[in-house]
Amino acid sequence: MAQMTMIQAITNALDLELARDERVLVFGEDVGHNGGVFRATEGLQKKYGPNRVFDTPLAESGICGLATGLAVQGFRPVAEIQFFGFVFEAMDEIASQAARMRYRSGGRYHCPIVYRSPFGGGVKTPELHADSLEGLFVQTPGVKVVIPSNPYDAKGLLISAIRDDDPVIFLEHMKLYRSFRQEVPEEPYTVPIGKAAVAREGKDLTVIAYGAMVRTALQAAEEWAKTRGVQAEVIDLRTINPIDIETIVESIKKTHRAVIVQEAQRSSGVAAEVIAQINENAIYYLEGPVLRITPPDTVYPFALIEDEWLPTPERVLRGFEKALSL
Amino acid sequence: MTTDVQTKPVVPYVQVLDEQGNVVDSDRMPKLSDEELRTLMYRMVFTRIWDQRAVRLTRQGRLGFYAPVSGQEASMIGSEFATRKEDFILPGYRDMPQLVWHGWPLYKAFLYSRGHIEGGRIPEDVNILMPQIIIGAQIVQCAGVALAFKLKGEKRVAIAYTGDGGTSQGDFYEGLNFAGAFHAPAVFVVQNNQFAISVPVELQTAAKTLAQKAVAAGIPGIQVDGMDVLAVYSVMKEAVERAREGGGPTLIECVTFRYGPHTMSGDDPTRYRSKEVENEWERKDPLIRFRTFLERKGLWSQGDEERTIEEAKEAVNEALKQADAAPKMTIPELIDVMFKDLPAHLVRQRAEFAEEG
Ligand SMILES: Cc1ncc(C[n+]2csc(CCOP(=O)(O)OP(=O)(O)O)c2C)c(N)n1
Repeated sequence: MAQMTMIQAITNALDLELARDERVLVFGEDVGHNGGVFRATEGLQKKYGPNRVFDTPLAESGICGLATGLAVQGFRPVAEIQFFGFVFEAMDEIASQAARMRYRSGGRYHCPIVYRSPFGGGVKTPELHADSLEGLFVQTPGVKVVIPSNPYDAKGLLISAIRDDDPVIFLEHMKLYRSFRQEVPEEPYTVPIGKAAVAREGKDLTVIAYGAMVRTALQAAEEWAKTRGVQAEVIDLRTINPIDIETIVESIKKTHRAVIVQEAQRSSGVAAEVIAQINENAIYYLEGPVLRITPPDTVYPFALIEDEWLPTPERVLRGFEKALSL
Repeated sequence: MTTDVQTKPVVPYVQVLDEQGNVVDSDRMPKLSDEELRTLMYRMVFTRIWDQRAVRLTRQGRLGFYAPVSGQEASMIGSEFATRKEDFILPGYRDMPQLVWHGWPLYKAFLYSRGHIEGGRIPEDVNILMPQIIIGAQIVQCAGVALAFKLKGEKRVAIAYTGDGGTSQGDFYEGLNFAGAFHAPAVFVVQNNQFAISVPVELQTAAKTLAQKAVAAGIPGIQVDGMDVLAVYSVMKEAVERAREGGGPTLIECVTFRYGPHTMSGDDPTRYRSKEVENEWERKDPLIRFRTFLERKGLWSQGDEERTIEEAKEAVNEALKQADAAPKMTIPELIDVMFKDLPAHLVRQRAEFAEEG
């Protein structure tokens, strides 16, 4: 076992899969020689050569279309979108092309593509880099969307994503890249896609989160336990499309109350989908409304104010209190 | 028999001053007054100093996002100098000098860098858009601004800037093609500084020049020594005036180099380019060659140089003070600028965030 940051766990997963399966290709802007702007692909071109790990011209639609073409010819592309804010450039290639390939060809073709991309706020990037656009892909049939919250899961989920026979969007929160280390086994292992994890057990309130907000929720839960003696159960979704509603329902059966902490804007995203599914599956176990703790429905804000816009620990705690009192 | 396929570069290359400051193409020498020549030098020296200060301020955490410009002064300043105040500039993130010399107050550039909304509040009489982050978007928008000038019958020109990497985006081809199809008054300036972050231009395209990408769009394309401010000005002036007079768009490729890192956010150029390559480009430096040229004509002195440096430092300090004085942003204020009339859900969210204080 080694202590790894999330970025190291990701590099390690790519390395192992490149070694295991020669159909795996890794490419994108600056990922080859330079090892990626966050160094996620550091050393991989040297090890596997420029036919398997390479730089592309600067065009996201090109990168994702290339991936689809390679995929229908039997390769397993891992394409990087340098920042997820640029995914709009590739929207057609992902959402109308790769996501529909299996369906439109009646199963003749499929796209085992992983789209890796850094996303999320709180690291003072320039404009249009930090958006949480995952909600777009929660409404896109034909793709899976995975968001790890820690190094161990990042490695296991990325390996699962690469081995998956359908398109997987793998979102790496920039704030988590180097913020902490965890024990990560050196050998390959998988963490199942579509399965949430209970990150903290508790009996009083179910808190549902993903990505960097899992850390924020956990910190708030500890604080809450210390100051108020109330026990929150924190669920880390890990996959947001599809959503593991069973784990959520099991928790709500115990706590009867729930909140969602989300970094994306409030309306029509993951939180809304979670609430819809709770409504369909767990409404009779509830003793109060399910609340959303989120930023407002504005454009992702200017760097100088992003920390206030994102759910702050105080705002999260106030949300917990409110959910308990209603 | 095989078909004869054309693979040769098909665009002209323009240079007026060589690296030693000698005039190599007097036909191309622009008609500029002594005062205008001095202004070009002033702006290049000023910009170099401002860039050096900005790099340091970013390291100290006093600025936020910054993409260094040293090496590209001739391309940036020479091209902007050929425009008129009423012409409209659509820049990339590195194009701060063109914006500032086109009228954007320096303190606003600093606020933009920090991530403050005041940066984007462009004064009414300044004809620019905010720096573009999404590479290529400005190229298609430029076709739109140019078409607007044509439809309104205004003798104005739209100018978009991008880099060598930017020419790979679909938007780049679309913008050139649209402007050509609409015969719109646009000028597209590509600053080929040899690298898109770490990716060399040879990996970007099989084309021998970026200017030849104009050919497929049916518009003129021209390559220019981007370290030679007179050549850049000359080529740009011709393109801008042709567009203004109804002659349609032009693509200009400035062959240049950025001395510094891609941005100040962790890029390390030693990972992807050698010291020899850097030295080779520094010998082509736009300031040195133009200074030599002016000194020989008795138009620039050590005193001018020193005075310019002092003024630049002073201006940067002044702009910083002004930037520091900008009021703190609040979430409710940001909600207010989402729409002209706030929808009900945002009115509620505004109240919720206002209550937090
Ligand atoms: C659509 C889009 N894709 C990727 C990026 C990330 N990115 C920022 S700058 C850059 C390289 C740009 O190179 P070039 O166009 O040559 O301009 P330069 O920075 O050298 O001036 C990249 C890939 C971006 N900002 N926008």
